[in-house]
Amino acid sequence: MSVNEAIATPWRRASLAAAIFALDPLGSGMLVRAAPGPARDALLGALTAALAPAKLTRLPAQIADDRLIGGLDIAATLRTGRPVAELGALSAADGGVVAIAMAERMSASVAARLCAALDSGEVALQRDGLSLTLPARIGVVALDEGVEDERAAPALVERLAFWVQLDGVGHRDIEPALFAAWDFAQARLQLTKIQTPDDVVETLVAVAAQLGADSARAPLFALRAARAIAALRGGDAVEEDDITLAAALTLAPRATRLPAPEDEASEPEPEVEPEPEDDKPENEEDQTPGELEERVLEAARAAIPLGLLASLQAGVKARRRSSSEGKSGDSSLSSRRGRPLDARPGSLRKGRLSLIATLRAAAPWRRLREREAPAGDTRRIIVKPDDFRIVRYRQRRGATTVFVVDASGSSAMQRLAEAKGAIELLLADCYVRRDDIAMVAFRGRGAEIVLPPTRSTARAKRALAGLPGGGGTPIASGLDAALHIADQARRKGQTPLIVLMTDGRANIARDGTPGRPQALRDALDAGRRIRAAEVSALAIDTAPASSRGAAPTREIAEAMSARYVKLPVADAALVNAAVRGALPS
Amino acid sequence: MAQPFPFSAIVGQDDMKLAFMIAAVDPTVGGVLAFGDRGTGKSTAVRALAALLPPISVVAGCPYNCAPEATAGLCGPCKGKAPTEAVFRSAPVVDLPLGATEDRVVGALNLERALSHGEKSFEPGLLAQANRGFLYIDEANLLEDHLVDLLLDVAASGVNVVEREGLSVRHPARFVLIGSGNPEEGELRPQMLDRFGLAIDVKTPQDVPSRVEVVRRRDAFERDPEAFHKKWEGEEIQLREKIVRARERIGVVIAPDAAIERAARLCLALGTDGLRGELTLLRAGRALAALEGRNEVGDAELRRVAPMALSHRLRRNPLDDSGSAIRVERALQEVFGA
Repeated sequence: MSVNEAIATPWRRASLAAAIFALDPLGSGMLVRAAPGPARDALLGALTAALAPAKLTRLPAQIADDRLIGGLDIAATLRTGRPVAELGALSAADGGVVAIAMAERMSASVAARLCAALDSGEVALQRDGLSLTLPARIGVVALDEGVEDERAAPALVERLAFWVQLDGVGHRDIEPALFAAWDFAQARLQLTKIQTPDDVVETLVAVAAQLGADSARAPLFALRAARAIAALRGGDAVEEDDITLAAALTLAPRATRLPAPEDEASEPEPEVEPEPEDDKPENEEDQTPGELEERVLEAARAAIPLGLLASLQAGVKARRRSSSEGKSGDSSLSSRRGRPLDARPGSLRKGRLSLIATLRAAAPWRRLREREAPAGDTRRIIVKPDDFRIVRYRQRRGATTVFVVDASGSSAMQRLAEAKGAIELLLADCYVRRDDIAMVAFRGRGAEIVLPPTRSTARAKRALAGLPGGGGTPIASGLDAALHIADQARRKGQTPLIVLMTDGRANIARDGTPGRPQALRDALDAGRRIRAAEVSALAIDTAPASSRGAAPTREIAEAMSARYVKLPVADAALVNAAVRGALPS
Repeated sequence: MAQPFPFSAIVGQDDMKLAFMIAAVDPTVGGVLAFGDRGTGKSTAVRALAALLPPISVVAGCPYNCAPEATAGLCGPCKGKAPTEAVFRSAPVVDLPLGATEDRVVGALNLERALSHGEKSFEPGLLAQANRGFLYIDEANLLEDHLVDLLLDVAASGVNVVEREGLSVRHPARFVLIGSGNPEEGELRPQMLDRFGLAIDVKTPQDVPSRVEVVRRRDAFERDPEAFHKKWEGEEIQLREKIVRARERIGVVIAPDAAIERAARLCLALGTDGLRGELTLLRAGRALAALEGRNEVGDAELRRVAPMALSHRLRRNPLDDSGSAIRVERALQEVFGA
């Protein structure tokens, strides 16, 4: 099978990546972005078979820290009367691979644990009075089931060699495995002997640079992959096809820009199979040092996933977004747990038992109580109700403020500028409070999420600066998009607030058709949905004071049961004050 | 533990390496924050530093790494005792993992002894282990707020005060705080930011040759760590000796009045709050002079360390992303002349 055929379909790319990963999994990983389904199951099945004898262990994304890295074995501790450590899932998986379902919901701390294990091959256990370092050489498969802009934690994704997508791959697309278990056993023996010609690293680094894959990990992963491919095909040195495949599988998905298209039509010499070291001085094309690089780049280019390609082609702005794309899992940050208060004495009905604190409370009395205990009492520890300690958390729920900005023509450009000014002030405020900010702009026929929830004020400012104006006023679409973000934020434990900034002159209905009455009906309906979802909202009316009679923004505000502020001359400081008033403190 | 990647084999990232060296020479500069892109070797550098640091001499059996020759800043048990046996150990570089519990950080009642003997005794935590060494927080920006507060307190005072579970313990905890993180995942609280003495912005090298070198070295290291270490052993030893010599020299390095005035004018020009900026600038300059074998802090030293000592102290406009490095550069031009 030629290189191009080998990566022609998403399934082939994914299954080839799985095979390469399975060959050399420790300290590396795979991101599989797909809804659960037959294709994903088949991929995991193939991976499990290929990994043998190493194991694939599945873990939930919301795994508690004590299960992940280990902690105090409570039952054994009570039984023996001394602290007994319990192995966590990471050290139990030493030498194997862990697969994490719903990776997009993973908390930042779980992701950090996995990263540390991938980096160091160890787990540092510093909790519950234990202090241990345990081996945990693992590979990680992150099963990202996120929709739209939900993403797995960026720090983790960065440490995974292969990013594959199985969206839309059905059971008909599944092809039989390329390699048998025997092949893997053979290839693993071969792997340590693979020779790497000198120019391989240069080529991979150059291709990575061309694609804007900036992290030093990208070419390293490509190099490992090229060696694994060479081993799998039974070769003893890395050859051009190996490099090409490796680049297509590891570098292409990390692309943040499109390489400059080569002008002089370099027809890709169809499968001449020139060895990278075989120089033909008379052939001018082969002499150019970038020749190999160009062919590899071409293959990588062909393998850039479609969605990414589209956004890359859309130019500079898209680049910015896409470079943050894998990362907008920023939101996983928001899974801040409440601040744990110190364990307090209290009734068990009022909170969860804090076992460690309870034992600590009981421990100093041990001798005294033993003396007083009735003869038959053989308990190692005598715990009295007074000793009970309960854990309490102060839920400091973060807020996510979703700005819904009217960028239509009726909101004159100057007004848009004022709105931008107001938002900038608010951003400074959000920065201090460490709230998340998201922004939806509506204009023309629909709404666009110009900024998914983020805490990075710099990104917010960039998104804002790039906001274009003009066109119709599809308020309903804007509100729908905002509710969607609010809903996602709430699921992550955040308190959402929607700030609508408009002159209320809706003239585009939900389906994108013009017409004022329907547009207003839709906007009111969208508002009622927000009320039904119990999301707090604030409506800022930017219509000029002179506009007579009807105040459609007020109506929409009532539908949302939002606070309504009329700002005939939208003044940034005033808007800020209004939002502060509406924010949950 | 597996051998880390050698410090001297890290390609480029001169600012980061220099900042770590300065902190190793003079711990009082107050910590280093390395913020920046992923895959730029932040964690690698910290782990490498652990292997590079010269060993320290400690009182045998002291859980707080007390220095045998010291007369002040000792832990309770060491204070009263006559000089006891001293042992050498590697300088502590302690990892503070995300999700560490407070009791492990500050120390707590020793459960085992309490349960088995009914005795109340203190079990030192990570802060005790880090005394006279380094405390490293990866992803410092994701650390829970209450731990951050606690660390800042201890780092500023050099003493860990534990009042819990009927225990009342004070012990020395002087350590250099090293934080790393990626700003895209959330920014560091401003209060925490300026408590770090030096801050550096770590960027991916933009030229192909150095990237190739990064990949080559890393790959060689991963394939055969031992051979790689052998190859770099000479450089590592030289670097270690440089630190040792600088530590000896730093006592005699003087900051002339002119340098102090320059530092003050620089900080005024930048409008940094408080005097921490000047102090850090001078300390870092002194450590740099010591590293370079000079006896006096001059303009060259101040210019070199000013960006890392000051850029994170500028009164910050969160929306202004025209980097603070540029503002520092501008002020440098102004004060020192082009």
